Amino acid sequence: MSKLALAGVGCRFGAVVAVDDVSLALASGEFVSLLGPSGCGKTTTLRMIAGLLAPTSGTITMDGEVISAPGTSLPPERRNMSMIFQSYAIWPNMTVAENVAFGLEVRRRPRAEIRARVEQILGVVQMAHLRDRYPSELSGGQQQRVALARAIVVQPAVLLLDEPLSNLDANLREEMRYEIRRLHDEFHITTVYVTHDQAEAMVTSDRIAVMHQGRIEQVDEPRALYARPRTRFVAGFIGRTNFLDGEVLGDQVVFDHFALPRALFVEPASLSGRVAFSLRPQSIHLHRRRPAAGEGVCAIAGQVVQRAYLGEHWDYAVRPQASALDLRVTARPHEVFEVHEAVWLELDPRQFAQIN
Amino acid sequence: MRWRHLDRSLLLWLLIAGVLLALVVNPLVRLLWASVHGTAGFTLDNYVTAYSRWRYLEALGNSLVLGLAVGLLCIVFGVPMAWAVSRTDMPGKGLVWAAVLGTFIVPSYLSAVAWILLAGPNAGWLNRGWMALTGAAAGPFNVYSMSGLVLVIAASSFPYMFVFTRSALDLISSEMEDAATTLGAGIVRTTLRVTLPLTLPAIMAAFIVEFLEAIALFGAPALIALPGRFQVMTTTLWQFFEFPPRVEVAAAYAMPLLLVTVLLFWLQQRIIARKGYVALTGKGGERRPVRLGGWRWPLLGYCLLVTSLGFFMPMVVVLQAAFAKAWGRGFSLDNLTLHNLRFVLVDQPLTRAATVHTFVYGGVSAMFALALALAIAYIVHRELVPFGRALAYVAMAPFVIPGIVLAIGFYAAYTSPPLVLYGTAWILILAFTTRFLPIAYANSDAALRSINPELEDAVRILGGGRLLALRRVVGPLLKRGLAGAFILVFIPATRELSAAIFLYTTGTQVLSVLLFDKSDEGNFEYLAAIGLILVLGTVAMVLAGFRLIGRDFMLRRTTA
Repeated sequence: MSKLALAGVGCRFGAVVAVDDVSLALASGEFVSLLGPSGCGKTTTLRMIAGLLAPTSGTITMDGEVISAPGTSLPPERRNMSMIFQSYAIWPNMTVAENVAFGLEVRRRPRAEIRARVEQILGVVQMAHLRDRYPSELSGGQQQRVALARAIVVQPAVLLLDEPLSNLDANLREEMRYEIRRLHDEFHITTVYVTHDQAEAMVTSDRIAVMHQGRIEQVDEPRALYARPRTRFVAGFIGRTNFLDGEVLGDQVVFDHFALPRALFVEPASLSGRVAFSLRPQSIHLHRRRPAAGEGVCAIAGQVVQRAYLGEHWDYAVRPQASALDLRVTARPHEVFEVHEAVWLELDPRQFAQIN
Repeated sequence: MRWRHLDRSLLLWLLIAGVLLALVVNPLVRLLWASVHGTAGFTLDNYVTAYSRWRYLEALGNSLVLGLAVGLLCIVFGVPMAWAVSRTDMPGKGLVWAAVLGTFIVPSYLSAVAWILLAGPNAGWLNRGWMALTGAAAGPFNVYSMSGLVLVIAASSFPYMFVFTRSALDLISSEMEDAATTLGAGIVRTTLRVTLPLTLPAIMAAFIVEFLEAIALFGAPALIALPGRFQVMTTTLWQFFEFPPRVEVAAAYAMPLLLVTVLLFWLQQRIIARKGYVALTGKGGERRPVRLGGWRWPLLGYCLLVTSLGFFMPMVVVLQAAFAKAWGRGFSLDNLTLHNLRFVLVDQPLTRAATVHTFVYGGVSAMFALALALAIAYIVHRELVPFGRALAYVAMAPFVIPGIVLAIGFYAAYTSPPLVLYGTAWILILAFTTRFLPIAYANSDAALRSINPELEDAVRILGGGRLLALRRVVGPLLKRGLAGAFILVFIPATRELSAAIFLYTTGTQVLSVLLFDKSDEGNFEYLAAIGLILVLGTVAMVLAGFRLIGRDFMLRRTTA
């Protein structure tokens, strides 16, 4: 049985559909991200899980028990969850220790236990020395750590994070991603993490649910999501990509002025009629001479139309001969080609991810 | 399963909505009902009675004249001062600002008492001065006249005009004036053609406020018009209450006052909201004071003259009378005494009790208004009940109900079963609560807006209910803002006369009522002493407000 399950959950505000139809199940101890652009409904979904909003359709169950359904919603205070907010929501009228102790006080734990657990968790987030500070005396990163400690110390059944890193500067953001993952590895709390930053989701999550216009487009492990996106939106949202539209004609898949053997694609049997693929820039290689035909690899002639040197890599736009298609290619720094130079593109059809 | 999911605090929110209905809606409904209800059911007889006598209609006309004249005079008083303080290099701006604040602090009925001492026929200070100077047998001033009444009210209520105009002027950048001067216009032409027209909406809005203030006032007209043998609407309403009280007729007579007020406030909102005058909506550009050169001192003189009428002169004569054995004997040492203050505060049980009542009722109603306003603002912001927005409108509604009309509504609603409050302190406290609820609401609303709802969500997700969130987080964070709001309600509640005069009984007098009652006896030393206590109480509160919220808290546009 899954720890937390959303079944057909939707939320409307009048005529506006914030969340259309979301179904998702989390195993106990799993870390799942809701990833999507602003306005895709991810925060609304999270607030429904928290009980801060009631769904207008569908149900949310925890341990098999319905906690949210249209018109009836267990109040947040009786869900045994924790949440970390975009604004951190550290109470400015309480010290660090008071903030962290709050959830334990509400749960009426003995005073000695509260003291011990607050000390322990402050140690875990490296904030013990600041226990008597007020939030206004803390930096953004420190406030973030207090928010983490406050949420984790109560050992919630489910931990919810709403864009927790979006107010931090870039370096700190990167550090905190690993911190969040570290804490998850330590405490194994079932977690739902909302973010619009794919790197954040990739670093922290066991699985990522990509949301778009109130729906989940795809749920997968980070690697699968990148390598085999299933929709045009997912392919475009996670990393950069090339979109190729083609048509299956006999044993060939025909693109704009070039064709690849159908048999070389993944699951060739499922290909028919008009097809669309996503191909990552890293999956294409450039050569001066025609590469030797290896197993399952094809070569087509083309010309460099644009290039940019970005330090860590080259960014090329290459146009296959006679084609109107510009393919983005990522090359290593020493692979230098001039604009207008004739090149060979090495393509591996197995890297083509079919999208719909 | 549903009951398990019910938020238990819901009942509390519904209860609060109920209290709001009892305070605001019920009195208005009962007022309307009383006006159309006779012994034989529905009737318009009350309206016929109220409007078929010439002297009742004349009072209506007088109120109209009074309102218009006060509004115009306030423009003459307030606009140049606002321009001088906001846009010029006039010296002594701090003094002028303090004097305007002082004018706010002196209740208009006390100002009326002071002006009786200043410009009463024969005995008034100004008349005596005139006679001494010219040797004439009689002085030229008579405060007991329409022009006297207009002057007194305008001199004490022009701060609204000042505040409105000044906030508008503060938003006009010098660049707009520069645009005119680079085209060859001089200071005078620029000011008249550019600066003032840009502030016109604010001036018109303030004119409406002044008009409504003037026609809704009870104290000053009663002190001046009645001895002057003319009537205005509010004094006429009061006379309907002389024994035996004719509530139905008063209710009918009050209806136009209510309608005009609602209508004009609606108009005022339209004027302020008009987008044509972009200068009102944005702050921009550098602001340089206009250099007045030789005109600096005459302008300061004018500002001091106006504030003398509303503040300096009235305070001087009130202070003199409050500490005088007999005010007519003038400023000599052997005329000084503490007897009056002692008499009012200690010796006389009636005034002693009234002093206590004033501050207790004021404090309790400020507390109630604040608690209620905060709860409503909370309900509205967190969308806790359906139609929460409507509650906000109801909470703000008393703003457009003249105090005297509200009082008649309370009388109509709570003198008969099921809920008899008349004769108890509660009717006064609840009337004050209702009357100043909008001030409390506007402040609570602003304070709540500044609190991120996530602070509460954090409490709830960690297992605390809404009420715990209010107690542990929202309450402590609002403390400061609410203390300021408390003062802003407490001050007018301690001075309120027009609602109190209809609702007090022998056991529940407050100082304002007492001051008015005692004016018949002509014992101006006691009146001045009572007034002084009120003013000192207010000053103490204002000083506390300075500390809590900052120096501009009384003269902010939002509270005006």
